[in-house]
Amino acid sequence: MDLYEYQGKQYFARFGIPSSPGGIADAAEEAVEQAEQAGYPVVVKAQVKVGGRGKAGGIKLAGNPGDVRQAADAILGMDIKGHTVHRVWVEHASDIEKEYYASFTLDRPAKLHLGMLSAAGGVEIEEVAATNPEAIARLHVNPCDGLDEATARRWVDEAGLDEVARDGAAKLLVNLYHCFVEGDCDLVEINPLILTPDGAVHALDAKVTLDENAAFRHPEWELLAGTESEDPREKMAKEKGLNYIGLEGTVGIIANGAGLAMSTLDVVNQVGGAAANFLDIGGGANAAVMTAALEVINADPSVRSILVNIFGGITRVDDVATGVIEALSSVEIRSPIVLRLDGTNAEAGRALLAPHLSDRVLAEPTMLAAARRAVELAR
Amino acid sequence: MSIFVDEKTTVLVQGLTGGQGRFHGLRNRDYGTKVVAGVTPGKGGTDVDGIPVYDTVAQAVDATGAVASFVVVPPRFACDAILESAAAGISFIVCITEGIPAQDEALAYNRLVREFPETRLLGPNCPGIISPGKTNIGITSGDIALAGGPVGIVSRSGTLTYQALHELSQQGVGQTTCVGIGGDPVPGTNFIDCLAEFEADPDTRAVMMIGEIGGSEEERAAEFIGAHMTKPVVAYIAGVTAPPGRKMGHAGAIISGSQGTAQAKMEALSAAGVHVTANPTEAGEKMVEIVRGLG
Repeated sequence: MDLYEYQGKQYFARFGIPSSPGGIADAAEEAVEQAEQAGYPVVVKAQVKVGGRGKAGGIKLAGNPGDVRQAADAILGMDIKGHTVHRVWVEHASDIEKEYYASFTLDRPAKLHLGMLSAAGGVEIEEVAATNPEAIARLHVNPCDGLDEATARRWVDEAGLDEVARDGAAKLLVNLYHCFVEGDCDLVEINPLILTPDGAVHALDAKVTLDENAAFRHPEWELLAGTESEDPREKMAKEKGLNYIGLEGTVGIIANGAGLAMSTLDVVNQVGGAAANFLDIGGGANAAVMTAALEVINADPSVRSILVNIFGGITRVDDVATGVIEALSSVEIRSPIVLRLDGTNAEAGRALLAPHLSDRVLAEPTMLAAARRAVELAR
Repeated sequence: MSIFVDEKTTVLVQGLTGGQGRFHGLRNRDYGTKVVAGVTPGKGGTDVDGIPVYDTVAQAVDATGAVASFVVVPPRFACDAILESAAAGISFIVCITEGIPAQDEALAYNRLVREFPETRLLGPNCPGIISPGKTNIGITSGDIALAGGPVGIVSRSGTLTYQALHELSQQGVGQTTCVGIGGDPVPGTNFIDCLAEFEADPDTRAVMMIGEIGGSEEERAAEFIGAHMTKPVVAYIAGVTAPPGRKMGHAGAIISGSQGTAQAKMEALSAAGVHVTANPTEAGEKMVEIVRGLG
């Protein structure tokens, strides 16, 4: 789960990572109130989960209430790379001496934590990595050891941060590491991390991705609601507890297992179609989950055919067929449906299904044949 | 032969008294797996269908000599269960638990490497390992596997593994061992571990590898295959059409930037001489053709 900048800064604050004073606003007048509290000049920043806000005009400096009103009016409702701005963050404009970069994530090949620190912040780190890789000081941290201040200090020296910033940066990095580990983040990134003229180091931006698998030990994450996707299909699927991702095509997909669901998308593409979604209903594939899946697919106006691809391992295909038949009796499908059920007890399952087949409910023996049929029907 | 486990492997089930543990533990035993003990704190002295249950792994190992563990416990307890097994001298751990926090998983992996280097972890979030006709530790359906070899299977995905087993078994092509390494970001056992074992196993004559988007394990496997493998390898990579930045079900299946795309993985594997196929059916067909050609 990605956090908005303002949520990321609030999360940072819990771990003692400083940022500029500010507040959120959903309307121009609120923005003015926040600006009065933060103190002029302020920066009005669009809250969207996509990079390149500045270039898109989503970040504006304002020196008085009139400017703030104008900036907020311009930014609220703005479309940035397909994301509509519903909220701005208004913070006191910092005097910036230097811009750095800092982040922690998991280095999957090394199976260790990876910290990246650079004295060349404020720009896309991918760009720095490509053009000037030695400007990034990389630090592998073994989760068994964690990060102590002495190591952080050596790392800061290596990155070549300004002398005056080094103590503050080392402390901040240790806190950022705690935020990453104890805060159960997949990613914490500060770009830019700034040095102010008075020698303080603080976060001017915050990019935080939380690991949803750790939600059970973070009841406070519930307060971060509103971070969900704006896709109404994904909202509905989430309410029903389904593992769903909305896509652009016209073939609605229901499959069991993440790998098979991904593979189904690929096969639909190979035979000339495009999937409307990724939907993994897990191992069970019983009537209740199938019903929920069909309801979500039904609610998607772009779906023109439905492809159900189930491989029964321990879940026997005859049980899956029974579930499908029950689901089809309780949900009126808007589009024709193609069923591919294979695996343990496949023949018994197909026999059960046979009397229910029609020109709206079709069966195919293989994944490829089913995909072809579904794509034809979607044309 | 089989890799990692065989018909003599004695297994304890951590979480045997739970719904899932009981279901899969008893299924594994029915398949022929030597399930000798269960472990559930506070349930020591009871039994599950005749299988004795102990409070700790150490007690279970003392009493039964179990060498492998099957971890079927909820995410918040899984890493402790893994480390408890390793500390008790278990050498092979299969963890099927899905949804373990990434920080816990990374810590447990590194503790295993540092403190218990002799212990191999398979998973987490994997279907387990089956050596058809010999042993089945995990949640794979024994019905879709066929004994006798000559194909070894290694896969990141559960249902695609089943699909692969099914495609081969239906054509009368058996498997030596089928290993599900799991869809998490920090798997205990990776492709290369399995490929090396299959290369060394005289009964395995060809290998099917099923990968998916995310990470760079497939690219590393390609390097290994190019440098060290003499046996034919057929590969299928899921997620060609997956959009960047979205987790496709598995925690590990995510394209970040240009990293982890199916295209890059397929190219790396092709360059290493692997038969790269476009879908699971094609992978099965290709493997059947190769096996028939082996004579």
